[in-house]
Amino acid sequence: MINESLVDLSRLQFALTALYHFLFVPLTLGLAFVMAIMESVYVMTGKVIYKDMTRFWGKLFGINFAMGVATGITLEFQFGTNWAYYSHYVGDIFGVPLAIEGLMAFFLESTLVGMFFFGWDRLSKVQHLAVTWLVALGSNLSALWILIANAWMQNPVGTHFNYETMRMELSSLSEVFFNPVAQVKFVHTVAAGYVTGTMFVLGISAYYLLKKRDLAFAKRSFAVAAGFGLASILSVIVLGDASGYTIGEVQKTKLAAIEGMWETEPAPAAFTVFGIPNDKTQTTDYSFKIPYVLGIIATRSFDTPILGLKDLIQGNEEKIKRGIIAYGLLQKLRAGDHSQTTKAQFEAVQNTLGYGLLLKRYAPNIMTATDEQIHQAALNSIPKSFPLFWAFRIMVGAGFLMLLLFAAAFYYNAKRNVEDKRWLLKLAVCGIPLPWIAAESGWIVAEYGRQPWAIGEILPTFLGVSSITTSQVVLSLVSLGILYTGLLLVELYLMFKYAKLGPSSLGTGRYHFEQGLP
Amino acid sequence: MILDYALLKFIWACLILVLLIGFAVSGGFDLGVGALLPFIGKNDNERRLILNSIGPTWEGNQVWFITAGGAIFAAWPLMYAAAFSSFYIALLLILVSLILRPPGLDYRGKLPSSRWRSTWDHCLFLSGFVPAFLFGVAIGNLFSGLSFHYDDTLLPHTTGHFFSLVNPYTLLCGVVSSSALLLQGALFLQLKNHNPIYHRAKKAAHTLGYVFSVSFMLAWYWTIFKTEGYHVLAMPAADQSFTPLNKLVIKGLGLWFFQYDLYPLGFLAPIGCLLATALALTFSAYDRTVTALFSNSLAIGAALLTAAFTLFPFILPSSSNPNQSLTIWDAASSPLTLSWMLGATIILLPIVLGYTLWVYRVMRGKVQDTALTQSESY
Repeated sequence: MINESLVDLSRLQFALTALYHFLFVPLTLGLAFVMAIMESVYVMTGKVIYKDMTRFWGKLFGINFAMGVATGITLEFQFGTNWAYYSHYVGDIFGVPLAIEGLMAFFLESTLVGMFFFGWDRLSKVQHLAVTWLVALGSNLSALWILIANAWMQNPVGTHFNYETMRMELSSLSEVFFNPVAQVKFVHTVAAGYVTGTMFVLGISAYYLLKKRDLAFAKRSFAVAAGFGLASILSVIVLGDASGYTIGEVQKTKLAAIEGMWETEPAPAAFTVFGIPNDKTQTTDYSFKIPYVLGIIATRSFDTPILGLKDLIQGNEEKIKRGIIAYGLLQKLRAGDHSQTTKAQFEAVQNTLGYGLLLKRYAPNIMTATDEQIHQAALNSIPKSFPLFWAFRIMVGAGFLMLLLFAAAFYYNAKRNVEDKRWLLKLAVCGIPLPWIAAESGWIVAEYGRQPWAIGEILPTFLGVSSITTSQVVLSLVSLGILYTGLLLVELYLMFKYAKLGPSSLGTGRYHFEQGLP
Repeated sequence: MILDYALLKFIWACLILVLLIGFAVSGGFDLGVGALLPFIGKNDNERRLILNSIGPTWEGNQVWFITAGGAIFAAWPLMYAAAFSSFYIALLLILVSLILRPPGLDYRGKLPSSRWRSTWDHCLFLSGFVPAFLFGVAIGNLFSGLSFHYDDTLLPHTTGHFFSLVNPYTLLCGVVSSSALLLQGALFLQLKNHNPIYHRAKKAAHTLGYVFSVSFMLAWYWTIFKTEGYHVLAMPAADQSFTPLNKLVIKGLGLWFFQYDLYPLGFLAPIGCLLATALALTFSAYDRTVTALFSNSLAIGAALLTAAFTLFPFILPSSSNPNQSLTIWDAASSPLTLSWMLGATIILLPIVLGYTLWVYRVMRGKVQDTALTQSESY
């Protein structure tokens, strides 16, 4: 039988280490472009202040980058250490984008980031600028390949099951690459990274403006962040909407769970702004709906109904029943019956094999599963609605708050009186955590919304784990927990220290604390 | 498909060896330098010079490791699953050490406190030495075999525990790998520094060279003549797609000599390794540091080639169920995956080597004291 605590602990460890890694990644993605923009201005105008800006924000980038690199290794290792069956079952496809990411993107970003820091005196201006742009490009390419891998978990295309090797194998790399989920995920995620980078620069620059320090430096940084940030937050929202449309097409369960939508919504479906989804009674209490909106977001039409969770569960029950047949045929094939009829029969129901595997958690023998067990498996074939409903609304809420903030920052920056708008500057400082709240919630929506699947409709999460002991996972969870907490405190301490110190930390002699000012 | 499946599987075994050599050679600079930091750097200024020697290049070097991991995942998913879950605690130790490296390097110089800096020095020592040592222990365990078997769904069940991985033989292999990587680090420090670091690095290289040569010979002898080897008696044709459940393997003393019997040219690998180490030490003694580093890189390559040649075609023998050992023939991905990956590697790896060499060229020369005054330096 399935060792439930092993599964839960392995999931907890993956979730925590991934959420932790994702504290650093978006800032790397965004800050790299902010630096590249600032340095481009420096090379074009020759004004040294833009070089100082690049170097100072680069310093904060470095503090963040170290943690991003360090915590990425854990994620790569974990597939093998904790998710051995996952690695076996889908490594043939899933490993490819990871390996290409290393060769194409991570090498580029990491090899050249050393040149960014140490190359100021050894490279020409244009060479150094090229290095900075390539670091930004590398970090974004890295996100591209990781999200192609992730999108394949959400929507596994370009693959087929090989009963001889008992695993999924690649049929078309271009399908994996041009997976529609990958496209929207990539643009949505990197744009969210740009928002994180710009919100960070905007907030810290606002702090200098409030303190009336290094005004020329702060105003220019604020301007770059406001312009690039407004463009980015608009992209995130538009592309998030595109994401909603893609989910409506390929991940109907996730969409319904995000909406707390138990009954099928007749067209055009309404959007639930507020409500409390109750996963036990299968209702969403106190809901407040806006008519038509969800139909437009998810189906781009007024005449397509959207399936509710109850109907999806019922549909899944049918799929599980067919999955039992697929599993039985697979057993026959594995036992050596290679007749054409068996192969053809298996071929016909093979796409429901994953649903058959869902039963492993509830029935000791899939072939003799009772109706009660099948029903139980079907009930658990959807993610819990409550956390998704709220994570999604927190993400969207944070996104719109940032839109207002960036719009105001952009407007007053254009009017050139932003330093008098102390309310805005204060809001900008307080707004620094917003992109992280949105990004982490977005991650929960994407990954928790995929449950109970590790690979959508192919491999249930609980089957993916290694055959290791619970105590091993407890040991790794505790040691990583202690190490990560310690490192986060150190990182935050340094980040606050250098952010407060500002460009004076560059040792150029041109800034506030270096001139003996109070 | 352009290439025969058997040939593809063989090419991928060679490519993974290349990636691992790339990691050992370039990662060796950083791991070695980290492990030598407290011994060669006597005060804060010297330690900063040491860290700034690898400052501009260590992040790129570390990617060899990540990429080798990704390549094993994609090319040998069964190996990735079985080996990583078997080495759980060992990998946790490596992971914790490797996690300490980036903040260790980046954060150490960010505060002036000497307690802060000496704490990071300890972390950097551990993050250099622990992986360098454990990689050898892991390789030793490949020769003695790990305790695992497959069920009929092909889930690998691991039955060993951490302490079964540690014994005098595998510890000796740890000495081999750590002395090789520390030697690489010492030669790199010699290349990048003036006296007194130069002189101390040279002395350390000398000692490490002897430790490496002796331990390497001993480990080779122990592997070939004192360790039970594995040999494939029967398996489906190599160009077929099959699982580790389909072959017959025997286990016994002397079987790790089999490849040498078949291809006596294979003796060139261990002999070449010892010769290259001797050359590295000679060049180091005569202050030809670039050539010394180049020779030692060859020695590291030859040492890994020796291991791969001896182990061939195995990549992860199972001591508890030898028939289910993993070989390059039954742990590989599908032909389509291997072909795409080969195409990507042929295009991308030369580009990576190109800009890596460019970076080393731009940063050539010794680290100067004046470098320490720059705000970006470590």
